[in-house]
Amino acid sequence: MEKEVKILAIESSCDETAAAVVVNGRRVLSNVINTQIAIHTEYGGVVPEIASRKHIENINPVVIKALSDANLTFDDIDAIAVTYGPGLIGALLVGVAEAKALAWALDKPLVGVHHIEGHISANYIENPDLEPPFASLVVSGGHTHLVMVEEYGKYSIIGRTRDDAAGEAFDKVARAVGLGYPGGPKIDKLAREGNPDAIKFPVAKVSDSVYDFSFSGLKSAVLNYLNQAEMKGEEVNRADLVASFQKSVVDALVGHAMSLVDEKGLKKFAIAGGVASNSALREAMSKACEERGVKFYRPSPGLCTDNAVMIGSAAYYEYLAGTRHSWDLNAQANLQLGEKVEGVKR
Amino acid sequence: MRILSIESSATTASIAILDDDVLRAEYTINYKKTHSQTLLPMIDEIFKMTETEKDSIDVVAVSEGPGSFTGLRIGIATAKGIALALGKKTVGVPTLEALASNYYGTELKICPIMDARREHVYNAVYHYEKAANGHYNLIVDKEQRLILIDDLLDELEADGSSVLILGDASGLIRDKFEKRQADKAKEIELIYAPAAMNSLKASSLALRAQALIDEGKLMDSSDLKPDYLRPSQAERERANASL
Repeated sequence: MEKEVKILAIESSCDETAAAVVVNGRRVLSNVINTQIAIHTEYGGVVPEIASRKHIENINPVVIKALSDANLTFDDIDAIAVTYGPGLIGALLVGVAEAKALAWALDKPLVGVHHIEGHISANYIENPDLEPPFASLVVSGGHTHLVMVEEYGKYSIIGRTRDDAAGEAFDKVARAVGLGYPGGPKIDKLAREGNPDAIKFPVAKVSDSVYDFSFSGLKSAVLNYLNQAEMKGEEVNRADLVASFQKSVVDALVGHAMSLVDEKGLKKFAIAGGVASNSALREAMSKACEERGVKFYRPSPGLCTDNAVMIGSAAYYEYLAGTRHSWDLNAQANLQLGEKVEGVKR
Repeated sequence: MRILSIESSATTASIAILDDDVLRAEYTINYKKTHSQTLLPMIDEIFKMTETEKDSIDVVAVSEGPGSFTGLRIGIATAKGIALALGKKTVGVPTLEALASNYYGTELKICPIMDARREHVYNAVYHYEKAANGHYNLIVDKEQRLILIDDLLDELEADGSSVLILGDASGLIRDKFEKRQADKAKEIELIYAPAAMNSLKASSLALRAQALIDEGKLMDSSDLKPDYLRPSQAERERANASL
């Protein structure tokens, strides 16, 4: 039997302090998440300095709990993994410094992980049959990427947003209609009571790339609609409004994704990221895949939002490929997908 | 007792290993690279160079603030990780107490100052007192605080005694003080530390840590946290808005 590789993974790129132990990239022994949503809600969005301050207070208790939930000690761990980008720089630095110090003091390998690769890898956890190659759509508050996963650890970006991320558009529209932060889940819920065909909101096409996205025009259209209604003194049906907005986003995401699937004749498609927990997107994507005989993968909602399990999964394949990062590994706020800080190959 | 001490609260990165009677190693750099890139390689280097077993460390001491928010967190996360991995205790050392320890035993009043921007400095005032055992105890006259440079100078002038100024805001103080002197001709003397004594050093931090450990200030790595002396900008704006 092949040796089990147990990875202790740490994630602190935004407003969740998380740690997990994952075996062979697929089996979860523990999954600890300390979320700061309640704190940032008071400010209407994530405040980077406050997030960093919470991370430094929470990091050790979260790591300790990840080990104890797994019934393990540090001696049982084969490698320490950490998200080193992209994300909020101050937030990332806490996890990176902690992970490096742990790995150094324990004489264990250090594996830095790309946050988006982590999101995609969340699909490996509940789908033992999923292996590359496959296409994936990563949608969150900070990212909207259409990606080909060629093989483990090898990603190419097919399309991306030119302006706002899909999740960012959700947050901004939610704020405009007074739903507050975080916008995604609140719009999802309210949209169920509304008519998605009530208002036609166009989604801009990006002229020079069929796979790129643009959501800022859509967001502006929604804001204009609200302003005009207010000037005319008309009551806005918020449920219809957000349902129509959501439908436009979902149509664009599904449309682009299925163009890629059709063009390449793909058989597997996976969604990932916080917005992947949106029920309308899941339903539409599932239906579109089914129509084409494409197998559709999505993480359960708890694995869509930021967590360390997905980092432990992605790290395993990096670990197998021999990636070992050195003690000067730095956090990279704007790390691009497919871009890597080369580790030392050992 | 063997202390590993970590200083990264401002631009200086400094690491030391202090045994009871011997400073086993110290590594200090003041360069543009971020602490995230320098701190752990420096630690690794001095352990290798001195063939020190990681597990031989008894306590991890770290500068707890004030200072650069990010710098403090990198140092503290590093200390937390090492202490947690090795099952050791930590001690958080007030940064300005560590800086004052560059002048252990001096008869002068010590006034360390760090640049806090927007006309402010982080400051405290200390003096040393000889104890019965022959050691010198650091006595806190003014706790660490965030203060306007002009308010600090008003205070020093009112007090009237000569003080030793050290820290990265020495230049700021000197400029302001000289301008004020031209106006007021106040009779106080500010003594400025020379460059070699003016910056944060992990050896001084470890020296201060020894005293704090004797006072029972050891703590679990989970409880260690920065002492920023300043709320985040978002918190400040919110507090102002609600006034």
